[in-house]
Amino acid sequence: MRAVGKDKIRVDAYGKVTGEAKYTADLEPKNILHGKVYHSTIGNGLVKSIDTSEAEKVPGVVKILTCFDVPDIQFPTAGHPWSVEKAHQDICDRKLLNQRVRIYGDDIACVIAENEVACDQALRLLKVEYEEYPVMTTVEEALAEGAQALHPDLRKDNVIVHSHMTMGEKDYTFEEGLKKAREEYGEENIFTLERVYDTPKISHCHIELPVSFAYVDVNDKITIVCSTQIPHIVRLYTAMALGVPAGRVRIIKPYIGGGFGNKQDVLYEPLNAYMSMQVGGRPVRLEISREETIYGTRTRHQITGHTKAVVTKDGQILSRRMEAFANNGGYASHGHAICANCGNVFKELYIDKIGTEVDCWTVYTNAPTAGAMRGYGIPQSVWITECLTDDLARKIGMDPLEIRLKNCIPAGFKDPHNGITFHSYGLKDSIIKGAELANWKEKRAEYDKPQSGDKRRGIGMAIFCYKTGVHPIALETAAARMVLNQDGSCQLFMGATEIGQGADTVFTQMAAEASGIRYEEIYIGSTQDTDTSPFDTGAYASRQTYVSGMACKKVAEEFKDRILDYAEYMLNNAVQDFSKTVYVEEVTAAAKKIRELLSLSEETEISKDSLELVDSQIVEKKSGNPLLPLAILADTAFYSLDKSVHIAAECTNHCKSNTFSSGVCYAEVEVDMPLGLVEILRIVEVHDSGKIINHDTARGQVHGGMAQSLGFGLSEDLLVDPKTGKVLNANLLDFKIPTAMDVPDLEVDFVELEDPTGPYGNKSLGEPPVIAAAPAVRNAILQATGVAMNVAPMTSQRLTDAFREAGLIKTISVD
Amino acid sequence: MFDLQGFHEAKDVADAVQALTANPNAEIISGGTDVLIRVREGKDAGKVLVSIKNIEEIKGVKLLDNGDLFIGAGTCFTHLTNDPLVQKHIPMLGEAVDTVGGPQIRNMGTIGGNICNGATSADSAAGMQVLNAIVCLTGPNGERRVPISEFYTGPGKTVREQNEVCTGFLIKKEDYEGFSGKYIKYGKRKAMEIATLGCAVMVKLDKEKKHIEEVRLGYGVAAPTPIRCPKAEESLKGAACTDTERMENYVNIALTEVRPRSSWRASKEFRLQVISELAKRALKEAIVLQGGQINA
Repeated sequence: MRAVGKDKIRVDAYGKVTGEAKYTADLEPKNILHGKVYHSTIGNGLVKSIDTSEAEKVPGVVKILTCFDVPDIQFPTAGHPWSVEKAHQDICDRKLLNQRVRIYGDDIACVIAENEVACDQALRLLKVEYEEYPVMTTVEEALAEGAQALHPDLRKDNVIVHSHMTMGEKDYTFEEGLKKAREEYGEENIFTLERVYDTPKISHCHIELPVSFAYVDVNDKITIVCSTQIPHIVRLYTAMALGVPAGRVRIIKPYIGGGFGNKQDVLYEPLNAYMSMQVGGRPVRLEISREETIYGTRTRHQITGHTKAVVTKDGQILSRRMEAFANNGGYASHGHAICANCGNVFKELYIDKIGTEVDCWTVYTNAPTAGAMRGYGIPQSVWITECLTDDLARKIGMDPLEIRLKNCIPAGFKDPHNGITFHSYGLKDSIIKGAELANWKEKRAEYDKPQSGDKRRGIGMAIFCYKTGVHPIALETAAARMVLNQDGSCQLFMGATEIGQGADTVFTQMAAEASGIRYEEIYIGSTQDTDTSPFDTGAYASRQTYVSGMACKKVAEEFKDRILDYAEYMLNNAVQDFSKTVYVEEVTAAAKKIRELLSLSEETEISKDSLELVDSQIVEKKSGNPLLPLAILADTAFYSLDKSVHIAAECTNHCKSNTFSSGVCYAEVEVDMPLGLVEILRIVEVHDSGKIINHDTARGQVHGGMAQSLGFGLSEDLLVDPKTGKVLNANLLDFKIPTAMDVPDLEVDFVELEDPTGPYGNKSLGEPPVIAAAPAVRNAILQATGVAMNVAPMTSQRLTDAFREAGLIKTISVD
Repeated sequence: MFDLQGFHEAKDVADAVQALTANPNAEIISGGTDVLIRVREGKDAGKVLVSIKNIEEIKGVKLLDNGDLFIGAGTCFTHLTNDPLVQKHIPMLGEAVDTVGGPQIRNMGTIGGNICNGATSADSAAGMQVLNAIVCLTGPNGERRVPISEFYTGPGKTVREQNEVCTGFLIKKEDYEGFSGKYIKYGKRKAMEIATLGCAVMVKLDKEKKHIEEVRLGYGVAAPTPIRCPKAEESLKGAACTDTERMENYVNIALTEVRPRSSWRASKEFRLQVISELAKRALKEAIVLQGGQINA
């Protein structure tokens, strides 16, 4: 391998560290108009009227649009590939501006003005009359008897979808399993456990806000430059929302400052386009503030897992049951996909000897809308699963490592429902490697000894598995293109998007590997433009290195093939066609050389089968002897008066495979009980993600994910006022993401097994790092204090409450 | 882009007072780390801002002839933390303001703004309480000096008039000499944080470093305004540094002097938990700083 597996410097490193790389806001045309959205100040109800008269008087205001002005079209927003099958299409449940208010901060009007101050002044002068309905921020309220259906045109109640999954016998139920366990193992040899685990609503907190600007181009194209993970999906859904053909919409995606799944949704791009269309196509900029982003875009689903489990005294898990309830907020967005994903990993991560029963409920409420977020339901799933696993181990007095090795998902596992298979299997190797790195055995024994005092220590672990892309649940397709330049360098165009994760770098590495062109001579186009870029559904599902990587590898091979076609032509026509060119000497020498190497006569045709492209040189395949620089071939191909060919390749790869990645996290903590502070002494994560294409960028992915998981476990919690539905902490001061000061040193390692299905043996790594740290810390706290925390995040207040209840700290009574 | 009616760059304190007096819609801006947030939120939109940012006479820390310290209101947190006089005489205050926000905020935010903003959560507030700081205000009728204990009138409210400029804080020699102090900020994370609770303790030990001669206990966020706990302070007079029983008692008394409330940010019960724990920990650290021995 010359490029893959080598830790190349990111292709965008210099541009990004010097600040030269251009993001959406850097590209705005002059004299742009500004837009701002007016958000409802109720959580559930109907807009009766909006009085814009005072607002219109504000100098600089160009236009005010309300929910009474927009087209009567409902459209979907989820960044899923569209489906040509009706049953698999996403739910169309919102308009550009909604008259029917379903969340506090719903979009009900917008202002277009010469500057942002005028926008703000006008927003403050809008007068809105509402008809208010009772607010339901929780799943319990939304599912209660007689609860108002929030989308009666689509669902008779607030259940978006309910799904039932079982492992084991057909129609398996946990109750039957329990009965069977009693019969087969005897009541005295089994333990049962019933627990409820809960997870927080979380904001993605990508650095760059959702920002876009839109204009109608001279050819009537509605053009939106925006910060999105999914430009081709945004194009389609924007067209749907506006009621125009898809070809009339053009999306341009420059560099983006992170998305974490929030930008795997169509957010304000359709409204931005509509705003421009309403002012004669003038450019309008719409930047959503941090506050609006937190309460009004998408969030991670709060999922509550009601679990039951039966285990034998010697640690054989016999049966588990989970009923998961996902609070989806006011709009469907990704709908049921996330809670179902949560259910899948619960059933997959451990093989219950008798069977597993899972129910997933996804419910509309008046809480902020939940959508895709890095991990897509699996951080919640693994929180629930791995809290339960440790609680089971504790109940029977078994080492948490042993119970996992005994019961975890095995090599070759195939999910009976979707067929996803664990091809390359590195889970147990990862568990063992991580245990050695973290010193599990010694630490666990040390902290098992009785501890006293205010500070206690413990070590905990958690494992996970994760699929790679979405096949066969949804379409997996990707396209790529390569185009040769006069100097032998080339452009690589991917439909897949760089969103900060390093996709452009690994694509360049794979293209270099497959084509034989030097890494440094491949220029990847980082901007996706739906009018000129190949098609790809975008950055999500940890799919791109795998799925788009297949397209990248395929196009590079095809590109090389075309280059070798031309090389064959050049070498066979060295004398007659090249006698007048500046390259006559080189080409003649190359032809002579290969004939010598292969002992060919002057008359014998040179076949491209004997040629190869290595390091941007045409070489003789067997010996690797260089024949001709690619630069000479390229210049000739462009300008040959005999045979001019613009060498390029483009292809689509329809991916019909999937594979599991997996891994483990070990966390060692010290708990300061009176203050409820958790200090992470060490944290080690080992990933089984197949062959790593670039270790530096891979470690970067893992670091970021672990930090996010620590936020999930310890501090991040979007608080919703149950009375109004208003988010209480919709800012970066009160919504506590960890800072650089809070994140400990993160230790990362890999078990690198070549996956037979992935390009260059890779499998998912984008999302897996965001999963295991939180439950590992929870399980470490459990060892340290004996207190099982069932609700994330484990804030200081929750911890001190639990320690007080456990009698570990004294109760303060002051009236 | 901010929604401002106007902006006046004051050349000196008198100029600032005049500009403020001339327009009741005018408001002082110094580092802007609180004011601009309010303007952005629309709360203070449309104001005239009178900048005292570039008035050199109210920056820096001075040791006066009588041994008192004068802290210029326009001194930014970073400068305060790194000031040799602060480091020598009142390191607790320098450390306290070093916990504000992040480095950029500390380069802009000033001690004057931190106090005059009136927030109970200000990181300098508990320290200023135990230092018995005197707030120097200059208005159209000249200067007046207000003890910090009389400065706050409610959450976000102080006795400072709209047209008064805070020029600085006076710390009397007897209020720092012989004392050691410790401020503990309790936040939900280690940076970019507003205090869930702030606790400052100053102690003066006897010559043998065995007994407590005087202790001062101040809090931020334990009540609507920054407060002192005089009864708790009184209870420890003459106590041995190793007397855990009296220390427990002091904590219990302090708990009767605070008035924390439950909010979505933290429950009353949790705040009381932190209040009691920090009173103990800050006291112990302050004693150790002065060379006293404690029962760990």
